[in-house]
Order: sequence, then structure tokens, then C-alpha cells
Amino acid sequence: MPLTDAPRIVTARLSYPDSYTIERFLETGGYQALRKALTMTPAEVAAEVDAASLLGRGGAGFPAGRKWSMLKPDPVTYLVVNGDESEPATFKDHLLIERDPNQILEGVIISAYALQVTQAFIYVRGEFALGLERMEQAVNDAYHHGALGRNIFSSGFSLDVVVHPGAGAYICGDETALLESLEGKRGFPRIKPPYYPAVIGLYGQPTVVNNVETMANIPWIVANGGKAFAALGGGRSCGTRMFALSGHVNRPGAYEVEMVKVTFRDLIYDPQLGAGVRGGRDLLAFIPGGASSPWFGPEHLDLPLGQDEVGQAGSMLGSGSVVVMDSTTCPVRAAWRITRFFARESCGQCTPCREGSGWLERILYRIENGGGREQDLDLLLDVCDNISPGVHWPPEQTTICPLGPSIPPSIASSLGRFRDDFLVHIKDGGCPHG
Amino acid sequence: MAEPQAGPPGTVTFTLDGRRVTGREGELVISAAERAGVYIPRFCYHPRLAPVGMCRMCLVEVVGPRGATLQPACIATVEEGGEIVTDSPKVKKAQDGILEFLLINHPLDCPVCDKGGECPLQDQTLAYGPGESRFVEEKRHFAKPIALSELVLLDRERCIQCGRCTRFAEEVAGEAQIDFAGRGERLEVAMFPTRPFTSYFSGNTVQICPVGALTATPYRFTARPWDLDQVESTCTTCAVGCRVAVQSSANRLTRLLGLDSEPVNHSWLCDKGRFAYEAVNGDEVRAGPAAADGRPVTLGSSHPRGAFAGEVIETASKVGRVTEPMVRAGDRHVRAGWSRALAEAARRLGEVRAAHGPEAIAVLGGGRLTNEGAYAWTKLAKAVLGTDSVDAQLGDGLPAELVLALPRATIDETCSAPVVVLIGGDVREELPVLFLRLRRAVLDGRTRIVEVSPRSTALTQYAAVSLRVRPGDVPAVARILAGQPGPLPSHPAGPACSPEQLAQARALVEAAGGEAGSSVVVAYGRSSLAEDPSFDAAAVSTLAVAWPGARFLPLLRRGNVHGALDMGMAPGILPGRTSLEGGRAWFVEHWGSVPRARGKAATEVLQSAAEGGPGSVRALVLVGCDPLQDFPDAALAARALAGAEVVVAVAGHPSPALDHADVVLPVAVAHERPGTTTNIEGRVTRLGQKLVPPGLAWPDWTIATALADELGYDLAIGSVTEIAEEIERVAPAYRGFSPGYLDQVSGHDGLVVPLGTADAPPVAPIDPMATPGIGQVEQQGAPPRAGLTETVERELLAALHPEPAGEGAPAPMRRPAVEPVALPPPDHYSLRLVSTRRLYDRSSAVVGSPSLEPLVPPARALANPSELARLGVQDGERVRVTSPRGQVVLEAGADAGVPKGVLVVEFNLAEPAGAPNAASALIDATVPVNDVRLETL
Repeated sequence: MPLTDAPRIVTARLSYPDSYTIERFLETGGYQALRKALTMTPAEVAAEVDAASLLGRGGAGFPAGRKWSMLKPDPVTYLVVNGDESEPATFKDHLLIERDPNQILEGVIISAYALQVTQAFIYVRGEFALGLERMEQAVNDAYHHGALGRNIFSSGFSLDVVVHPGAGAYICGDETALLESLEGKRGFPRIKPPYYPAVIGLYGQPTVVNNVETMANIPWIVANGGKAFAALGGGRSCGTRMFALSGHVNRPGAYEVEMVKVTFRDLIYDPQLGAGVRGGRDLLAFIPGGASSPWFGPEHLDLPLGQDEVGQAGSMLGSGSVVVMDSTTCPVRAAWRITRFFARESCGQCTPCREGSGWLERILYRIENGGGREQDLDLLLDVCDNISPGVHWPPEQTTICPLGPSIPPSIASSLGRFRDDFLVHIKDGGCPHG
Repeated sequence: MAEPQAGPPGTVTFTLDGRRVTGREGELVISAAERAGVYIPRFCYHPRLAPVGMCRMCLVEVVGPRGATLQPACIATVEEGGEIVTDSPKVKKAQDGILEFLLINHPLDCPVCDKGGECPLQDQTLAYGPGESRFVEEKRHFAKPIALSELVLLDRERCIQCGRCTRFAEEVAGEAQIDFAGRGERLEVAMFPTRPFTSYFSGNTVQICPVGALTATPYRFTARPWDLDQVESTCTTCAVGCRVAVQSSANRLTRLLGLDSEPVNHSWLCDKGRFAYEAVNGDEVRAGPAAADGRPVTLGSSHPRGAFAGEVIETASKVGRVTEPMVRAGDRHVRAGWSRALAEAARRLGEVRAAHGPEAIAVLGGGRLTNEGAYAWTKLAKAVLGTDSVDAQLGDGLPAELVLALPRATIDETCSAPVVVLIGGDVREELPVLFLRLRRAVLDGRTRIVEVSPRSTALTQYAAVSLRVRPGDVPAVARILAGQPGPLPSHPAGPACSPEQLAQARALVEAAGGEAGSSVVVAYGRSSLAEDPSFDAAAVSTLAVAWPGARFLPLLRRGNVHGALDMGMAPGILPGRTSLEGGRAWFVEHWGSVPRARGKAATEVLQSAAEGGPGSVRALVLVGCDPLQDFPDAALAARALAGAEVVVAVAGHPSPALDHADVVLPVAVAHERPGTTTNIEGRVTRLGQKLVPPGLAWPDWTIATALADELGYDLAIGSVTEIAEEIERVAPAYRGFSPGYLDQVSGHDGLVVPLGTADAPPVAPIDPMATPGIGQVEQQGAPPRAGLTETVERELLAALHPEPAGEGAPAPMRRPAVEPVALPPPDHYSLRLVSTRRLYDRSSAVVGSPSLEPLVPPARALANPSELARLGVQDGERVRVTSPRGQVVLEAGADAGVPKGVLVVEFNLAEPAGAPNAASALIDATVPVNDVRLETL
């Protein structure tokens, strides 16, 4: 691992060209953590995960151990793994699913054992054709190998896993929309309350929903102990984390780095990581945690990659996708591009998100293409305010799911940092960048 | 600050805009606030649907541990000590924002939109929205409108995606035939490509649509809301008794909307009830283009339904209604004034009576009258003409003496009974809104249904146990349910239901507990029109004997048949659920005379008239009925009409029987006369008059009194009110039922007679956002519903406890002993005929409604797939069905819900290119069961 001496936790196998095969998996310690876990009690396994202070890697960063402890006791409970990674510039789960599906599956089996769940579902984004194929192969291999099905490794524990392909809707990455989709319904996020699937989830039963990367961490935690994991990183952000680095850097890619010990500057400029901004240009801004996070500028480069550290600075680590914009970037166009994504992916359930996202997209398009008016700038912010009152961070959510409040941050950031660029667009009748 | 005081148990006290108010535990903020006088704007919320929190119009500030947050009032519940703010600048800004959002893509075509003037979006924009939109872009565009069905059109540009329609279809109707497609601002309501929106309840989606996205083809472009007049009334298309708002413009009915009656219809209507008003208008055809020869073109494949196509075209010939009295002159009818027609009728009837005695006269029909009309006709028949051969049922019902004697269950009691034993046909086809109530009751876990029916029904999937029976099997099944084990009638194909199913049904009844069957409600109707009614009657009778604590809900379906029976329109009974013998002294005292002996029921009347001879029926008075269409045995009815010396027809619509009539008297039909009606549970409600009857048509009761006058008798009733008062005085079951009560605030939902036997749930105020179009249309002739609660309770208490009956009042009827007729054994070659009802059949209400007429299916010969395979018949093949009565050629249909050994031909559907009523061409109403042969052509 670059920069720090932390071990590779989730990407250890990725250097092998056949990393996704069961043979390579077994050669490199595959299912050893599961065998160890099966010698422990479920509670002991859960305690290790709790001790690891593993924050969920899906975006919200909720502690996995706490989520598990909230599972309401019930004769029928489910584990659902969220592999519906669909946001632009977010591609770390994609890599893990395609390159090491067995590791994720081992994490699922261990988690299911800890939770005493006998049916799990892995929901994989439908566009991941190769990933789906490999994940299904991994499940088949696991059954063949005795790691799934009845009486796993003669432990008495049984588990079935179903791989479910998504059908192309970003909204199904929301855990309640994902559950609806799994149930065969339209992917509409559920109304809250009930607030937690751990109480009422899939088919009305208590359900733990975890992210793919979260699952991928579990085998290492069980093999090496929660304390070893918690010793990595710093503060509440323990262990390592995958970052999907993209945009105007020389070496875009998904990198596993130790949390907190590494900064955004390291990630973007370290020769082993981003290796600097494209063509040596100046950094204009960067998106620290996915399309819904407020943008950072050069002044934030030395912030450590830690959940709380970034949160206190006014943004979030979110899904771990970092997008670098160099000095040639048109901030209006960038905001429009992000807003267009949300407008297209809004499920349409709540009025503010359904109507507001499309409206904002049209206004930004107009400004970018020469139809902007000065009053549009206030209008943009006020429409944002009507989607998420106050347009502050963290955003106020008045819609059913967080997609609505995800829309304003990029607009507010872009407009806040680059108001002059907007005014130039309006005055010159279009984008000066051409 | 003072300590919050806890309210009574089950209530919570919270702060609403700085006031302390009380709500029910677990109640939604939106409804608690409304009861406290604070109206929170809303679109997707509907009190009869599960909340979804989609439109976000009802955002209010809920003060919680993390401060005040905006939450939808249709999701948040009231909490003890909680604080709700609905009028802060933040809430106001949110409301402004939502309305602006809803309007950015909403076309401003209000001037040509049906909803304009009664539109929740319009109204709430005015009340809560910003004055101007800041949206300068192009709005969303869709092709408009698209037809979801023959009756419902969708304009997706107007849709605000509240999901009321999709939720109604799934939650209430149980038919998820429409749902959302697409996402984001392209979210649209759509139907499945291969499954049209055929629900019988589709019109409700139009009623609850908060914008003009869903429109109904019969109403579309016919009126503006501010041009409509309205009365409250009750739908009498079937006997459920749904409360409706009847709206008209320029003496033409334009629309019926369901009123929210807590004990009955929960604001829903079926499409037949909603749209059959077209048959009342009757005298013109729908808006549409004209063909080259000037004749109106039927809207169909060539022309998209509902597309605006010009002016309403009035046809020259008024074929839709009977509007003038007519008398026979040779082989045709000539127009006659009332006096000549009445004199002719009185003369002819008088001659028959003088020559052959009063028993030679029979009065058939009455199920389409008002209670007051039925009473007047009973009095005319039984006190003046002197005949007891009066029957409001046309051989398609059950013995009146049994129905009236059984302890009655209300719809609410049925829907909360632990077990409902359902004997009869398909409730969704016969009493559609009752199906909605029963389905909801099952889904809510309030009741479990044991279904006993000749074929699977819409309720089968909701029944805990569904027992198939062949014709004649019902009594044996009832004995087993009643705990008297015995064999089922033998059949070569084995029993239609298994011993395990029977045991399961029996166990359900036993597990429900309750002494003497008190946890059971038996809902019973006529299983099949091709078998003798004594089978169903005997089964019900068996259960009544076995379960003295059980209550019974009769499923007789025709309009006001229950009112007609209550008014004595059946042989052997007198008004107020009194037997002829039990009430003889009382009614002689009030009326002067009653018939000497029990008369004939419809089947016997028609048999007698057909056969002739000494003592036979020679004069038939048809009161709003046509035996050729309504009676199960068309051949017998035809022979009877041909055999009768005199036929007097009181008719609202032209029908084949009028060809036989010597005198035709035009009568006002539904929505054209005031009065009351009584539904299946015995609930009496007000019928509103909205139209002046067409031509010279008179109200039903007026014809009876005028005819009595011609016969030299005074019925001593001069108005609807006087009749109602007389009913209250002389009809024991209506004791204390003051018709004036129905005009009070608490009287909207009516009362169940006899008074004091059922609770009266509170009357709900009209929520203009739940049923747009009712509140907005100026109310005429209906009392206001404002300021309910206290007045209601006082009025109800007064109404529910009448003074005790006077001296000498007749005793309640005793249940008659009913024995089934002997069941002939089946043979190997024949199939036993079953004839059940369909909602859309060739009745005058449907056929007379241009929007409904295309929905009437052709008759088919339905049998179990294995039965068709045995006979070598393909599904869809044309086959000949032969009975001793006649033969018809129909398409065969495989239906796994039909037991082996049975052939189903649904009633009052046409044989393609043949009999107008295929089933009645096959049925012999004088035999216990009808066996038929099926052959390929």
C-alpha cells in the first residue's frame, strides 16, 4: 500500500489476472476467515466487527456493527448486499465485484452467520454484465465448495444467496428502493417511518442492508481481529478505504488507502496514486465524495481522508468518489452535467425532486448555452431552497429519500465558488470555454 | 408553562399553531388538524387510501428533539405533548414551492379542462400558491389524451403524479391494471400493454383525480361545474345503496359522483352505477361525428373515444324512453292522453276482475320503484284490485317470506363478522361495491369468508375456503356447514368440493366461536338462475335453524327490490315485513281490505297465464319490468304475455314486452322522482329528484293513485310525504321512521329499519380535495353538512328510539319452513346448466347507456377445460347448446373455475346473431335443474 504501511485489505488479490476465480481465491486464503468465523459464536463474530469500528462504505458511513445490532429479532430476517453502484465517477464497488467476487461473498456468508440469517441477496447493478457473471460464478462455486447451502463446512449453519440484477435505475441504490425492487416492485424509496430496514425491511421482515465494500472488509476483520482493523486509520474512520479517483488527473483509478493518514493532496498528486493534475494545470476544484457532495477547492487539499474531518469541513466522503476539475473546466457545465444526472434518475415520487431537478437542469442548460438571465442565479438557489430548505450542509431532507437533497450541493458549490463564471456566461451569451 | 394535561384514554393532546388540541392516538396530523379546524392543503392524501407522502403539499413543521423539521402531515402522527406548526413562514414557503413545482409542467388549459372550476390544483393554487411562476422553459409534452379504457381517458400532461388512481386500483379495487411507468418528470400513469383497464371500478379514479388528468368519456366536455345543479341521492342500479351526488345541467343528467357514506360505499361507485345515467337521458346519442347520411357514428375503432367531435347530436326519434301513454289499436300502439289510457286500463282490469275474480289479476315488478311507489302499488293491488299475486322479483330471487323473516345483518356487521358464509353468485358482478367492502374486510383481517358458489368468483381468491357446488348441491353443503354430516348429491365426476374443504369450512365456523352461530353472518343470494330457488332458500333455512344467533344479509340485487319487498310486493306478505295472515286484521283496519288468500309468485303467475283455463291469471300488470328480459325463462314469459287477455305496462324504457301491452303508461325513473329506497341491509335513504320526467311520464305512485281513482277507489295518499307518513304508521318494520329525519344533517346516510337494530355511524363532512366536484358544485335541494357532530348525535338518538308500536300491531314474521324440490340425478351425457349474472348485461340501463353498451360481452358456453377436452371441444370453438327448451350457438370457453359436469351460460347476454338472452332461451323455470347437451357444429 502506498504512502502508509497499512496492508491491502480489500484489494490484496487484485494484482492477479485471475483474481476473480475460486482457485486463486482459495490459494490466497479464501474462506479461511469463514472457517474461523464458524468456530466462533455469532455474537463473537459480531463483536469483532463492532470492535473494528467499520463504517459503512456505501455513502452514509453508518457504523456496520451498530447497524447489525439494530436487527430486530425475528424468525425470518434477511441480509441484503447493495451492489447497485450507479453514480457517475463512482466505480470502486464495480472493481471489487468484477475482480474479487469471492471475497465479497465470503464477507456475506460470515455476516449472515453473525446475524444468523439464512437467506441473503446480492443486488448488483444491472449494467455490470461481467460483474454479475462473476458474482454468480462465485455463488455457484461457493455452493460447490460447501461454503453455501445446507450445513456450511459441517458447521450446522445454512445459507442461501441469490444474486439479483438491477434494471438500470440509480434510485435502487437507496436501500428502501432496493428492497422494493428486490420484491419485484417499482423502485420507489419507502416512506419513513419505519426508518430502518433492520426493523421492517425486505418482505416486511427485519433486514440488514450493507454495501459491497463493507462486506469485502469482513473476512480480513475476522481473520485479523477487529482491533487490528481499528488500529488503522484514525478517529472514527478506521481501516482502509477505496477511493474512485477520476477527472483531470494523470492516473485515474480506484485506490485503496488508509483512512485519515492520507490526504486529498496525496490522493491526487502522489505518483503512485493520481500522479497530479492533467497537463500540470492548476486545480480548479474537486468533488470529495460523489455527485451529491459540496465541492472543495485547492484550500482543502490537505484535509485527511476521514469521515468526520471532511464532514466538519462542509462536505462528505460519501461514496468515495473524488472528481478532479482542472483550470479548463467550466463550472456551469459541470454543475449542469451533475444536475442532469439527478434529473434523469429522480424516481418521480416526490414533487420537489421530480419537478425541481428538471427545472434546475433546464436553467443551467440555458445559462451554459447562452440563454441565461441574471435573475436565474437567484432562481437557481431558490429552487434549490424549495427542494432542500436552507441549502445548507448537511442538507435538510423534506423528501422521501436523500436524492432530493443531493441535487442542490453541486449547484450551490458551483455558484458559490464561481459566480463570476456564471455572470460571464450570462453576459457573453454562452460558455466562454466553447 | 403549565403541565400538559392528558386527555381521555385513546386521545392525545398536542399543540397546533399555538393552540392545545386533542387528537386520537395514532391519528395522522392531517386529519387531526382538520378536525381541529385547520385545513392542511394536500393532493395525494385521500382519507380512503393509504398515505404515500408523494406530493409533499402537506408539509408542516413538526417540533421534535432536533428542533422543528418539515414533515408531511399525511405521514406524521400526533404525539402526546407534540407541537405542530402549519402557518410559519417556512411552511408557507414550502407550500409555495410545491405548488410552483406542480405547475411548471402542468398545462394551463383550465378553460378547456373538465376539472376547471372544481379542481383541487386550481383551488389550492389560489389559496396557497405563489401568484406567478418563474418557469420560462418549455413544459413537458405527451400525446393527449390516451384512452385507458372505453370509459377513462388519461391526459398525462395534466397529471401531477399523486398516485391516487394507481393506489385506488391496487388497494381498493384489487386490480393493479394501471401503475406508474417512467421516472423523474417523465413519470406517467400507464396501463400494461397486454392488459387494458377493464376494472368495474375505473370511474372512481376519475372521481378522485385532483386534476383533469383522468376524465370519463360520458362526462367529458359536456358541462362546466358552475353550470351543474346537484342533489344527493342513492344509486339504485343495484341494491347496495351507494350514496351519490347526482348532477345535471339543463334537465339532463351529466354526472354521478360517489358520496362518502361510512356505512355503505366509502365514496366508491361501480362504473355501471356511475355511468348508467345515460339511459335516463335516453333521448339522444353521445357526442360524435355524423356519417355521410347524417346518422350519428358509433364511437369505436375508427374514432378515438372521447376526442372532442363537435356538438351533441339529438336523434329525431325518441327511442330511448317511453314518454307518452299509449293504448293498443289493432296491432299497433297509438298515443293516448293519460285520462284515456288510465280509463282503458281500469276498464280492462275491471272487466277481468268482474268476470274472473281478483285472483285473475297479477302485478309483476316493483324492484325499480321508490318505496313510496311500491307502497302505493301494493295498496292498489292488494287493497283495491284485491289480488295477492304481486311479485317484485321475476323468478330470479328468493322467497320473500324467508328473506323478510331472517334477522338482518348490516354491511358493517358483515364486514366485521369473524366468519361470513357467502352463498350465491359473484358479488363483484351483482353488488360491486359490496365486493369492495368484503375484500377490504378480508385484507384487513377482520373477517374470513366461506364461499359457496357454482363457479369461482372475484371473491374466491380472498375466501378462506371456497366450495364449488353444482345445481342442487347447496342444501347438502349447508347441512354439512351446520354440523349435520351427510353425503353430497352423487355425480359421475365426483363431488364438486372435497371432504377436506368441507371439513375446513366447518372448522372455520366452529373456531369462530360465538354462541349459536352469533359470530357468523350468512350473506346469501341466488346462486344460479337455471335452478329452482328452493335450493338456495333451503340452504339458508338450514343455516338459520342451526345457527339461531347468526345474522343474514340478503344479496338480492335489483335496484329497490328490498324496498319493494318491505312494502309488500310479494305474495303472502303485507307492508312492513308482515305476513298476509299475521297482518290481516291490522291492514283491514287501515286499508279496508286485503286479499283473501296467498297469491302466486312470478313463476306461477306466468305459468298460469300461459296455460290459461279456469282460475288462471288473465291480466298482467307490469310495473317497471319486462318478463321477456328479466325472467329466467323467456319462452314461458312469451307464452304468458301471449296468453294474457290484458297486459298493462308501466314502463320507463321501451322493451320487448311492450309489444304485448294493451296499455302503456310512461313512468319516471331514477333521478326523476323523489322518495326513499331501502338497500340490502334495510337502510332507508333519500332519493333525490334531479330531473323533470320526460314527456308525459309520471312518478310511479301517482300512476297507482290515478288508476285507483279510475277504479273508483281513493288510495288516500296525495304526496310522497303522505305516503311516507302512512308507511311509518302502518308498516311495522318502518315504525318510527320519520321521513323528515332524512332531511336532517344526520340523515344523509339514512337509517336501518327496524330502528334500533343497528348503529348509525357518523356522517362525514364533504372533503373537496377527496371528492372534487361534490363540494364545489352548488348544492341544491340538499341540506348542508357543516357543523355536524353534536347535532348529529342528538338527532340520531331521537331517531333511533321510536315510540313503541300501537295496539294491535302485527307480530314480526316467522321464518317459513323451506324444503328443496327433489333433485333429479345427473346423466353422463348432459351438463347441468348454471346461469350467473354479469355486471354489464343487456338490461335497459346498460344497453341504454352508449358508454356501457360496448362493454357487454356476448354469451359464451363456459365449462371446465377437462370437460371440453372430454367432449373434444376447443376453447373458442363455436358449439351448439341444446336444452329441452331450445338451442343456442355460442363460443365455448374453458374456465377452470367451473366444476366438471356444469355448463355456465351467463344471464342476459346475447347469443351472437341469435337470442337476445341466450341463457333464458335454454332455461325452463318450472323444473328443478336444467340439463343441456353441448355439440360441435
